[in-house]
Amino acid sequence: METTETSLPVLKPADYASDQDVRWCPGCGDYSILAQMKKVLSSTGASRENTVFISGIGCSSRFPYYMNTYGIHSIHGRAPAVATGLKTVRPDLNVWVITGDGDGLSIGGNHLMHAIRRNLDFNIVLFNNRIYGLTKGQYSPTSPLGKVTKSTPMGAIDNPLHPLSIAIGCEAAFVARSIDVNIKHLGETLQRAAAHSGTSFVEVYQNCNVFNDGAFDYATNRDTKQDTTVELQHGKPLIFGKNRDKGIRLNGMEPEVVELGKGITEDDLLFHDEKSPEPTLAYLLSRMRQPEFPEPIGVFRCVDRTRYDDLMNQQVQEAREKAGPGDLRDIFHSGETWTVQ
Amino acid sequence: MATTETKISKPKVQLDRVTVRFCGDSGDGMQLAGNQLTNTSALMGNDVATFPDFPAEIRAPRGTKAGVSGFQIHFASQEIHTPGDDVDALVAMNPAALVTNIRDLRTNGILVVDQDSFDKKGLGQAGYSSNPLEDNSLNGYQLHTIPITQLTRNAVDGLGLSQKESDRCRNFFAMGLIFWLYDRPLDPTLRYIDEKFGKRPQIADANRRALKSGFHYGETAEAVATQFHVEPARLEPGTYRNIMGNTALAWGLIAAAHLSQKRLFLGAYPITPASDILHELSRHKRFNVLTFQAEDEIAAVTATLGAAFAGEMAVTASSGPGIALKAEAIGLAVMTELPMIVIDVQRGGPSTGLPTKTEQADLLQAMFGRNGECPAAVIAARSPADCFDVAQEAWRLAVRYMMPVFLLTDGYIANGSEPWRIPDVDSLEKIPIEHPGAAENGEPFLPYQRDERLSRPWALPGTPGLMHRIGGLEKQDITGNVSYDPLNHQHMTDVRAQKVANIANDIPLQSVQGPEEGKLLVVSWGGTYGACATAVQRAQAAGKSVAHCHLRYLNPFPRNFAEILPRFEKILVPELNMGQLRLLLRDRFLIDAVGLNKVQGRPFSVQEVLEKIEEITE
Repeated sequence: METTETSLPVLKPADYASDQDVRWCPGCGDYSILAQMKKVLSSTGASRENTVFISGIGCSSRFPYYMNTYGIHSIHGRAPAVATGLKTVRPDLNVWVITGDGDGLSIGGNHLMHAIRRNLDFNIVLFNNRIYGLTKGQYSPTSPLGKVTKSTPMGAIDNPLHPLSIAIGCEAAFVARSIDVNIKHLGETLQRAAAHSGTSFVEVYQNCNVFNDGAFDYATNRDTKQDTTVELQHGKPLIFGKNRDKGIRLNGMEPEVVELGKGITEDDLLFHDEKSPEPTLAYLLSRMRQPEFPEPIGVFRCVDRTRYDDLMNQQVQEAREKAGPGDLRDIFHSGETWTVQ
Repeated sequence: MATTETKISKPKVQLDRVTVRFCGDSGDGMQLAGNQLTNTSALMGNDVATFPDFPAEIRAPRGTKAGVSGFQIHFASQEIHTPGDDVDALVAMNPAALVTNIRDLRTNGILVVDQDSFDKKGLGQAGYSSNPLEDNSLNGYQLHTIPITQLTRNAVDGLGLSQKESDRCRNFFAMGLIFWLYDRPLDPTLRYIDEKFGKRPQIADANRRALKSGFHYGETAEAVATQFHVEPARLEPGTYRNIMGNTALAWGLIAAAHLSQKRLFLGAYPITPASDILHELSRHKRFNVLTFQAEDEIAAVTATLGAAFAGEMAVTASSGPGIALKAEAIGLAVMTELPMIVIDVQRGGPSTGLPTKTEQADLLQAMFGRNGECPAAVIAARSPADCFDVAQEAWRLAVRYMMPVFLLTDGYIANGSEPWRIPDVDSLEKIPIEHPGAAENGEPFLPYQRDERLSRPWALPGTPGLMHRIGGLEKQDITGNVSYDPLNHQHMTDVRAQKVANIANDIPLQSVQGPEEGKLLVVSWGGTYGACATAVQRAQAAGKSVAHCHLRYLNPFPRNFAEILPRFEKILVPELNMGQLRLLLRDRFLIDAVGLNKVQGRPFSVQEVLEKIEEITE
């Protein structure tokens, strides 16, 4: 049977690869993120010409060069601001911001904060490897206290930042976390981010096998990961552990780890609600850290908020509808004029 | 009905030009008074030039010297280019205003003071040990000691205003008196009052009464013996309006967007004295103007770069400190070869410097203030109205050569005003832009494939087949791929420089006002145009062998400029900096140029430039 529908050619993940050689260190977690990104674009049918990747500086920020889309490898920390200008004038484009813990939270902290609060419709993926890789191994704003690096031979003395807590504090409407080697989860998380309308902020635990190898072993090791992470699912209780016998319960304002059975049932546990209008729960989850707690992965928060790019273009539209498209003569002759014969 | 009012007939003296300055506390409404006198004079057909001068503090403590705000206006029956050197009439609303401004009043000039503000406290704040109104120290002026506060209170009596509200009408009394003195009609100001205070009829009425009261005071007070009249100037036929530099610049940008069929994106962070560009553009959204008030200067320029990549007219506007913050991103625009306008409304520096005062000390920052070999085009406006034309020229060059273009103005041009002959919209030159269309051949797009000007194609996201990546790493020419090849870096550095140099083929030849050769050539740029042009004209009238080149294009220079310079024995470069253009001229042309340099937060007077010309041509 003939069909009159014209079907667009289906792009395979490989069709999103540029002709440039990928130059990350062998074994870097970035490879996995790149592979998942191509899969997500392929499975969502994203058009290459309508997709733009914007990055700052750092290992992760080489990402745009490897994608056969439009892209800007900008300057250190400024990718969210570049994306803001781009998306404001071209709301039709699918925009991804690729950043790292140094790029996004140190030199570019200000832009990240304001991009998130404005809630433009783009996706920010922060590769968190808890180290400066491209400058060869200094501690980063997410490195733990006491971290010994080239620039901190006696241990880091500043308290680390927690990317998701920052994002939630900036009124983020979509906040998620995944792990480079947990490819199924990573793919699903990126897909959720792409589908969300508004700024999606995704933290990816990413292993730097050269300067900070094993930083996330606890969360990726086959033997431990089920006890050290808890997968968030909307409307479901927070249950984890190899035998799925542990859960998170709220004790007043504090979360606590409890064992199921012995009078504690699933109904006693904290149920995840990513749609909660208040960010309190999401923030509480973002504070759960090893070794006291399993670290949550998945979507922490997904709510709908007004978007800066929409409102900006709406105001222009409104002004044009109200007073008509501008005629230069109108402004030039506004106010008092006089004529010389 | 008979009237008992007697109108004293007073002689009326014709003058060619008059300079008036209002000064008082920053809450006294001096800017408003100056603007009203300016608009009225412009509507009467005079040529006008203005110089508002206000403190950086919004409201410094009342009555202090730090809080003095002034507005100078020059109106004439002939063409003028400056707000005037010496003041003919000075209105001082308090002792602090008097002590800080009296040195600019010419000998035997008219001095109007509000007697009521010369009390012990006011005199003390101004640092007077004795009252100048009584100690004969003002004998060299035509002093009018008028109880303006009391007369204003009398005028508004019965309207139920508080004393504070009554006293806020004092500026209208002062305006009224000056309007009578210089034979100006009250109608435009009365219309302004209706418009501005229409919703507060009581205040409107009070201001009207104060204005008329001041006018009648001039008419009837015996001490004010003479009235002056300035005929309309013979300006080029056309419809005119008065315009400030920042407004003209904003309108020029809107026009450029219209002429290039682009939407206009402005990325800006509030900064004196550039913020009015952001304010003005924000009012005109219906012209497809998108204004982004960024979180900082860096976000302002990088968002502008994003908008440029997306294919819209991209502009960022700031002043010196903000431009310093933008430097790295401007380098990225040079590297990625994207078109944008970088506006620098210069103010006194370094660092925070003198935020509300004028200076021309960012020329070298625009030329060189970035890492690496990073050339960009630089052009400058010469007067408030010129900002309109220069804005369009900046965009024309940015898109033809795919690069950031610096547009320099300064605080003096930004806040000053002059009559602007409104152009016929249809006569404005279009700014054509071409974007490459979709490619179907499956070959990788070549984003750095160059045309005869060495410009690269402006390929827009959304165009099938033209996907490409740009960035701050060095690019291989033609392909745009990252390249660390030594010879390619040399080649790309040369190309970026050559692109700027090629602009010289695309701009008008430099004109010379005066003889084609001679003893002295005055070379100026930016806001010093008026003082330099007027000084040269006066020197020429006095028989001096002197000519004038005023540069709009600073990088590159016009291609005939090198031939002009050697035809003169000496070159004088007056600048409101310590010799920045002079440094470039010495470097580029190996000439021993002489400077006239001043950084006092104030523009040149004509006299300062003229004296230097006379000294050199002795």
